[in-house]
Amino acid sequence: MTDLAEPDSTLVRPSLTELFLAFAHIAVSGFGGALPWARRMIVERKRWMTAEEFNEDFALSQFLPGPNVVNFSVVFGARIAGAPGAAVAFLGLMGPPMVIVTIIAVLYAHYGDLEVLSRILSGVGAAAAGLIIAMTIKMAKPLFTQIGWPAAIAILAFIGVGLVRWPLLPVLAVLAPAAFVLAWLFPAGSVKR
Amino acid sequence: MNDDSPLTALATYFGLLSLIAVGGAVTAIPDMHRYAVETVHWLNDRQFTDSFAIAQLSPGPNVMIVALIGYHVAGLAGAAVATAAMCGPTCVVAYFAAQTWNKFKAARWRIALQAALVPVSLGLIGASAFVLARAADKNIAAALVTVATVVVAVFTRISPLWLFAVAGLLGLSGWL
Repeated sequence: MTDLAEPDSTLVRPSLTELFLAFAHIAVSGFGGALPWARRMIVERKRWMTAEEFNEDFALSQFLPGPNVVNFSVVFGARIAGAPGAAVAFLGLMGPPMVIVTIIAVLYAHYGDLEVLSRILSGVGAAAAGLIIAMTIKMAKPLFTQIGWPAAIAILAFIGVGLVRWPLLPVLAVLAPAAFVLAWLFPAGSVKR
Repeated sequence: MNDDSPLTALATYFGLLSLIAVGGAVTAIPDMHRYAVETVHWLNDRQFTDSFAIAQLSPGPNVMIVALIGYHVAGLAGAAVATAAMCGPTCVVAYFAAQTWNKFKAARWRIALQAALVPVSLGLIGASAFVLARAADKNIAAALVTVATVVVAVFTRISPLWLFAVAGLLGLSGWL
């Protein structure tokens, strides 16, 4: 009976098919970001990993360059079943949305100039920009509670790429090493959660 | 395929972007706008914001905006090449990182690296927000929709789909 109290004993190991279907499901349920769906599916419903493992893998996926959820599918798939697992999870995540978006792209190419569609999209575009601003505000809160190097780095990245419109690569080439040195020297300046 | 084929251009640009988009696809939006709209004129401002709106409206990862840009440049092949280029290099990195990363859990360089990239991503997401708002808010009414969305999204937990529905209807009504 004590075994049941162990969180790991309740974990199940999915097959490749299940892995594909789960990520396909995550992909098509996730409007405006697939992460909450990934957590619900993998940790709560399927019990394929503990919440802690999920956070760890997700932190890695966020840290790596490129789309977070895509990284997550590869990291998680690899953890479950090596290279085939990574490939299957990736294809599940990208396949169905790719088909849907391609259909929309074809429709847009034909009807994008329609007054009705362009009106709707201009409204949605304004709201979508608002959502990214809101995301920025939520992320900035923990970082801007103290005046330190993280706030300064964030502001410089914003100015360089957003206001001055420099290309991303040179801005990163300067700011990332600078931030690394600062994080090394002043770990206390790092984000408080 | 010659060197100035649009597919080569898509693969080169998004392949590089894939490796420098720290913090996810959203942080790459300002650079995509700079390059695709201002530098090589793959699409215009409105087509760019439309593509972003469509990517947000469609189910699936936000990175789908890349497929839309690719489609715009070179049809179905363009969509496939751009998406593969945006995901491929980073997937390889993710695959190898998955094997080794957790061995360095307590290493000082890993902790510093993680702490260093958080504010960089934040600044880039802020830049994304700024670029998108400037492109989308062509008039006062649209700017008001953006501001209202910010307020609702920060203070409530309403699904973004409702916000899109309301904003889309306002747009349809000709109010924007």
